[in-house]
Amino acid sequence: MQGFIHQVMSGIANGSIYASVALALVMIYKATHHINFAQGELATFSTFIALTLIHAGVPYWLAFLATLAISFAAGMAIERLLMRPMMNAPVLSSVGVFIGLLLVINACSGWFFGYTIKSFPSPFPNRPMLGGYVSGHELGSTALTLVVLLLVYLFFRYTRLGLAMRAAAFNPASARLVGVRVGAMLGLGWGLAAAIGSIAGMMVAPIVFLDPNMMFGILLYAFAGALLGGIDNPLGAVLGGFAVGVIENLGGAYVVGTELKLSLALVIIVSVLVVKPTGLLGRAVQSRV
Amino acid sequence: MTGQDGAKPAFAASGEGTLAANGTGAPTLWGDGTAMAGGAAPQLQGNQRRTILLVVLAVIVAAAIPTAFFNGYHLFQLTMVVVYAIAVLGLSLLIGFNGQISLGHGAFFAIGAYTTAILMANWDVPYWLTLPAAAAICAAVGFLIGLPALRLEGHYLALTTFSLAIAIPQLLKINAVSTWTGGVQGLMIDKPDAPFGLPLSGDQWLYLFSLGVGCIFYLIAWNLTRGRIGWAMMAVRDHGLAAEAMGVNLALLKTRTFAWSAMFTGVAGALSAIVVQFVAPDAYGVFVSIFLFVGLVVGGVASIGGTILGAMFIEFVPNIATQLSKAAPGAVYGVLLIAVMFLMPQGAGGFVHSLYRKFRR
Repeated sequence: MQGFIHQVMSGIANGSIYASVALALVMIYKATHHINFAQGELATFSTFIALTLIHAGVPYWLAFLATLAISFAAGMAIERLLMRPMMNAPVLSSVGVFIGLLLVINACSGWFFGYTIKSFPSPFPNRPMLGGYVSGHELGSTALTLVVLLLVYLFFRYTRLGLAMRAAAFNPASARLVGVRVGAMLGLGWGLAAAIGSIAGMMVAPIVFLDPNMMFGILLYAFAGALLGGIDNPLGAVLGGFAVGVIENLGGAYVVGTELKLSLALVIIVSVLVVKPTGLLGRAVQSRV
Repeated sequence: MTGQDGAKPAFAASGEGTLAANGTGAPTLWGDGTAMAGGAAPQLQGNQRRTILLVVLAVIVAAAIPTAFFNGYHLFQLTMVVVYAIAVLGLSLLIGFNGQISLGHGAFFAIGAYTTAILMANWDVPYWLTLPAAAAICAAVGFLIGLPALRLEGHYLALTTFSLAIAIPQLLKINAVSTWTGGVQGLMIDKPDAPFGLPLSGDQWLYLFSLGVGCIFYLIAWNLTRGRIGWAMMAVRDHGLAAEAMGVNLALLKTRTFAWSAMFTGVAGALSAIVVQFVAPDAYGVFVSIFLFVGLVVGGVASIGGTILGAMFIEFVPNIATQLSKAAPGAVYGVLLIAVMFLMPQGAGGFVHSLYRKFRR
């Protein structure tokens, strides 16, 4: 029983990270109907920047905030330069640009920061908590992620800017007519997604250690979580992320063994897309002929 | 239905066959490819046929010449170009001609490679016999993967296949079958010697062998894309619903195309195992699938000749770029991929073809 609770708690901790990345994916999907394959690489690059700042002597939380700001700016820049022209392009074009972005950022991470595996400091105390079921870092990162998600929710729900962003994603044409600058809103959306992704990167790096290919596996779980919850539903993505975290841990511990955890995510993705493509909380999309 | 010389089928007319069938006039990736694929005319004129035949023969002869002059590493590189060309050709059938985006073809490459390695290492099957086996197995797996792919469009299929690409190394490391697959360490196989006592070194023979296999598969692809199945594939790509209304069995065609595509890439993988003499799970990570995709796009998405350019790109760019930095190949691929998407969506092959068409007038 103790082992079971361990796995569940650890799954929730992992799930918080998947939920963050899944939220970033969903934000971009809602706004542009494109899946951001480069989300993981953006997060990795941001984490490297954070590490550089920390090694340069900047205190952790200051480096954290600086990285958030840098990621936000980078996300906005990428949207403006690369994604804006691809708005109406065929699927293959946009997929190609995303993959190209993935390659470029992955290469930049390796080029500027090297391929050796590095350790990343955790701001949370390193002792068991909650009766020994979770580590300090797991508890801290889960709490931080939940706080961030709550802030994002409040932003979208109760601020005018959040409302404008939702409008721009929901119906760009009508939003333009009422005066919303859709392009700027998309840029903000990308910036926010990049910032959330960077938080996820900084929270997971202490656990899996930092190298340019850190986020591929996590991206897979995030895809699974986003699809499970509904690719156009932010709450669904968050719940899906947590669910995938728990399923992954329990499945890895009791069903398929740790060596097949990634395949479990693949199975989730395929089953969701085949059985209920809109996910648990997504809206069914009807297309006209 | 085919109209005059150079006309495409009626249902592909709008927007020159963009995948966004609302005719936004967005840059077309497939439209020019259709022309390149010979969709311009179902039958070539007599002297056009002769020219193409002569060009192809000249290319084959030119490709065979290095056997005498290069050896060792350079011949190995050329052999890998042929291998990648077949792999990219398989991907071209699926993405370029049928419009199903797969970012996970490294899976078939790996399955083909492992089939060969397992057969050769465990049961001493002769290397040339493993190729049909790899082809059959990969075709079957491709068909099976094509079945759920029927329900996925565009981004979702890309996403699913991308996830498959990420998961491959783990799948190859499964403990249960590691007695056959060699687990994490992989398998080593012996390099075959030239048969019948021919005075060729192992490298030279492998190069000619791969060239022969390549010629066979290019011939198959050429015939496939110019026949009824090719028309049906392109019709499904351009407007699936209209194709179905015209009588194309959409489900069967898409799964069969997946099977064909998987077979090509699988045979390429099998050849690669023979050439490299080593398979290991971590050699077939997500970047294999991504590089195949990049090679395809750079060469020209629906261009059969372009696949050769793409293969050369995949093989030689890392060698040149690694002298700059270990990270440079990825950067070069990424930048070129984005540049091609923006500036030259039909890729190098399509670009060459459009030049050719300009000169023909």
